[in-house]
Parts: sequence; structure tokens; C-alpha cells
Amino acid sequence: MALTIAFREVGDVTVLDLNGRITLGEGSVQLREATHGLIGKGGRNILLNLEQVNHIDSSGLGELVSAYTAARNQHGEVKLLNPARKVHELLQVTKLSTVFDIRDEEVSAIASFSR
Amino acid sequence: MNGAPRGATERMKKKPVSEPQEPVSHPQAGRLSLRLSSTLESVAEVEAAAQELAFAAGLDEDERFGVALAAREAAVNAVVHGNQLDPARQIAAGFENTGAALLITLADQGKGFNPDLLPDPLAAENLLRGSGRGILLIRFFMDEVHFRQLQPGTGLTLVKRLAPAGGKHKALPPRASSAG
Repeated sequence: MALTIAFREVGDVTVLDLNGRITLGEGSVQLREATHGLIGKGGRNILLNLEQVNHIDSSGLGELVSAYTAARNQHGEVKLLNPARKVHELLQVTKLSTVFDIRDEEVSAIASFSR
Repeated sequence: MNGAPRGATERMKKKPVSEPQEPVSHPQAGRLSLRLSSTLESVAEVEAAAQELAFAAGLDEDERFGVALAAREAAVNAVVHGNQLDPARQIAAGFENTGAALLITLADQGKGFNPDLLPDPLAAENLLRGSGRGILLIRFFMDEVHFRQLQPGTGLTLVKRLAPAGGKHKALPPRASSAG
């Protein structure tokens, strides 16, 4: 299943509801275009909702990192919301869980962005 | 159009598919060999074949996920990094259930590389790199990983041992109550 991305604005945070796979050729490009497009337009606070992402590979993990560094370079933040168990495990295996602020509840995640 | 690989895949798919049996039993020995073009479609085909191999061996969902992901990462390495998506080069992929283990082999026709020279993706200075995590994931999910220098290219063998009944994969936490 390819990746679908829905955008929501909650205050000054853009929430991306991701659904599907983030793998090389099946979602990693869409994620890059979505996140870098937002950041290029001045979006600074991005919350990636991973609840419906059922598969991610090293390319997809790389795109999460790429979004993180691109936002940080613009003094923004990318945070992760509610990754599915397998995705969460991959974040731990790769130690990206030490890089990202990973939240399991949207309201508190939104509130946690610096203003 | 590529009759041989497709036929081989079809033979594999003809096996009756049923839900995995009790803990782990692995009666379905067999071997599938594919020669594939250097495309992302081939990566997906390798991943699907690994998924089928793991399913037929009775591995649970978590283990199937790990085996398929490891095979996918190996195929990406072969197609993208090894063969550099060159349509003139192919990859060879093998899938075998020996009864004691699942063996997945990949071979490319690239320049080859030394896995010991790759940057450690877990080192603090590499955590924000956009790539370089594939072999880490392969090693995490498989029990053994062997590299071979070919002439030309790189050969990779992934081994997933089939635990005796009641055994469990080292890596994944137990699934939440699957009482049955």
C-alpha cells in the first residue's frame, strides 16, 4: 500500500496524518516532498502522525531524519506521534528514538512545540 | 515477460496458504531462485518472496516482518548500491527452507564493498545521517549475515534459524495477549 498524507493545521503546528508504507519507492519520496515543501514555505512545527504507518524501511527512517534536520535548520521541530509498535521498535534499534521527541497523545504533542 | 522468475514465483504461490500453525513447525522445505532486473520492482519481489518463505515456515507476524524487512534491505543494497540501478546488471536471489533455517541469498554485479568499513549508524556523529542503516537492520532481524566478495559484485547470505517449538525470536518483545 502506497503512502497517503493528509495535512491538518492545529494552531501553529502542521499535523501530517500518514497512512501506508514509508519505504524506498513507496512513500519515502512523498514524505520528503511533503515535509520539505512545508518547511520551504516557512512551516516550522511539524507533527508526523505515524499511527497508520504499517511499514518503514531504512530509506523511510532516513526521510524522517532528513525532515528533522531540515526543520531544525529553520529553527523548527519535527516530532513523531503514536508510531505503531513495529515502527517504534525500528526507531529504538536505530537509536532514532533518542533523536526524536515521540509522543503518544496528540493534544500534549501539539502543546509541546515551542512557540 | 520474464518467464522463468515469474514461473518460479508462481510455483511458490501455489502452495496452499493457511494461518501459521502452533509455535513453529517447518515442514515445507523448498528452494526458489530468481534472477531479477535492477529495479525497485525487483526489491518488492524479493520482499514478497521472503514474506512467503517465512509464512510457509510458520513464523509469526513479527518474525515475518523482520525477515521480509531484512530481505528488502539486502535487495535495496544489491539493486541501488551494488548495481546502481543499471538495467544491464541483474541480481540473483535465492530463498530456501532447509528445515533448520531459512536461507536468503542475494548477489549483485556491482563493485563490491567491505561492510567492516561502513560508518557505525549508531555512533552519535552518524545518528542524523540520512542513510546507512540497512545493514544494521539486516543484522538485527537475522541470526547470521555473511558477505562474500564476488567477481564482480557482492554476495550476501541471510540466515534465520527456525527455533524448535516454543522457541522465540531474540529481538522482538512478545506480542500482547494472543490467547488462543
